[in-house]
Amino acid sequence: MTALARLYVGWARIAILEQFQYRVANYFYMIGMVAEPVIYLVVWSTVARQSGGSVGGFAPADLAAYYIVWTLVRNMNIVLTPFAWEQRIKEGELSAELLRPVHPIHRDLAYFGGWKFVVIIMWLPIAVVLTLVFRPALDPTWLEIGFFSIALWGGFFVRFFALWALGLVTLWTTRVSALFNLYFTAELLLSGRLVPLSLMPGWAQSLANFLPFQWAFQFPIEVLIGRRTTSEIWFGLGMQVLWTVVALGLTALLWKRGTRRFAAVGG
Amino acid sequence: MAAIRVDSLTKTYRVPVRASGLRASLRSLIHRRHRDIRAVDEISFSIEAGEVVGFLGPNGAGKTTTLKMLSGLLYPDGGVVEVLGHTPSERRREFLSRITLVMGNRNQLNWDLPAMDSFELNKSIYRLDTAAFEAARDEFIELLDLGGLVDKPVRNLSLGERMKVEVAGALLHRPEVLFLDEPTIGLDVTAQRKLRQFVAEYSRRQGATVMLTSHYMADVVALANRVIVIHHGTLLYDGDLAGLSQQFAGHKTITVTMPAPPPDLTRYGKEIARDVDKVTFEVPRSETSRLAARLLADFEISDLTIEDPPIEEVIERVFESEVGGDEETA
Repeated sequence: MTALARLYVGWARIAILEQFQYRVANYFYMIGMVAEPVIYLVVWSTVARQSGGSVGGFAPADLAAYYIVWTLVRNMNIVLTPFAWEQRIKEGELSAELLRPVHPIHRDLAYFGGWKFVVIIMWLPIAVVLTLVFRPALDPTWLEIGFFSIALWGGFFVRFFALWALGLVTLWTTRVSALFNLYFTAELLLSGRLVPLSLMPGWAQSLANFLPFQWAFQFPIEVLIGRRTTSEIWFGLGMQVLWTVVALGLTALLWKRGTRRFAAVGG
Repeated sequence: MAAIRVDSLTKTYRVPVRASGLRASLRSLIHRRHRDIRAVDEISFSIEAGEVVGFLGPNGAGKTTTLKMLSGLLYPDGGVVEVLGHTPSERRREFLSRITLVMGNRNQLNWDLPAMDSFELNKSIYRLDTAAFEAARDEFIELLDLGGLVDKPVRNLSLGERMKVEVAGALLHRPEVLFLDEPTIGLDVTAQRKLRQFVAEYSRRQGATVMLTSHYMADVVALANRVIVIHHGTLLYDGDLAGLSQQFAGHKTITVTMPAPPPDLTRYGKEIARDVDKVTFEVPRSETSRLAARLLADFEISDLTIEDPPIEEVIERVFESEVGGDEETA
């Protein structure tokens, strides 16, 4: 095993140990997060029933499948938020990271990656309960499950690097909450998180094609619920790679310039 | 060969300036004013490998900014810095693997987990082989009495215990240069002494170069054979502790003990303490020998001691001297 791989394993191990330290708090957090998709599911299922059994091609059972898979994708999508950068700088945590002979992005990637293994284990009972309650139309093939496993991590990488790059803006100015909120609003509307994009107006769907959000959110969901053809899946995986590379490039550029300006406040 | 070489090092912070009130707030939208604060102003010094140097100055003197530039956290605005032959701001792996910066009251270990888990992580971060890691870990556990501490979550340790495991964690890769910024701040006397002894022992065993800032002069006296004093970002003094007294304290103290209660001795100097049979007074440094001889000739004296003033007092006098200032620009 290379030194870097050993380091990733070490950090992932720390993340897993830490998450199990706070397992009850984590569980309540995950259960709390289920409220959001359940509300969307109930609202859109009602709309579908009142529209003759489906809306935008989604029957209530399809919507149930969409939003149950949503809960896993959402948890997998949790990465270091840009807001955390503010605290990281103020509390001197970034200074500590900069003193280590390894780029801090490795730490975050390994840490949040490791956390996902805990998330998947904790998500399974929640998924069973939601399945029993909402009866989703979910019957994926093994191939779809395989593609989904890749797309799920692909989505994690897209969102991880995009938000890392966004968080680096904090190196220039420590109060950037307004910018972050603008980003998250756009993401909420154009990722398929609030509602499947096929239920959005045409112009919103067109706009979403030029942005990274849907590749981190709706794409993995639709792979598992069988709404993408094989060629669309390959295209989607390619888009995930493309956006990951774009975000990585941006991260490298901002990091190089930002650390020159970094004032190392708060220690 | 110098482990640390600093030549005309300069760092200026640009901070926004705004008066209080709504009107000033609105005006600042159109016309922003800034103040350039020169935190470090062309300081130069050199530290040989294995030296232990006290880096002194009042709050805001530029000590921490200097240490941050030396450890690669900050980019200098001017001058040259070399540590172990590297330019710190390039933050190369080979450089960062050979130094450490310990800041008092700052946690680098994982708060929620036992220190041993963070130690294991440091083993991977610094790419230590198992034998080297275990040797360093066991040595520090013994020297710092960490036996029962490393298996408890860090959050459950007292401040003194936490600082000891922090220092152990920061030295597992056996750095050649240690930057210690107030490492004993907030610790009780016993914990301070333990940490001091450990740093001294580490430096002796490893031949490590240590640069230490502390407001506790006991740290400096116990560890450093040389001090560098800065104030308003400017270097005021670089030399040994005795020389600091000579340069900045224009007086010495004479303490005389007499068989009978001492009479009024104010004509010899300024009296600063009096006991039943003992008087201490300040005399001008250049007059010390002459006045001591006169006292011995004029009175029956059972004991006479001449001392430099306490180092805390000397440092206080140094800090009171006003040098430089800030520049304001719009």
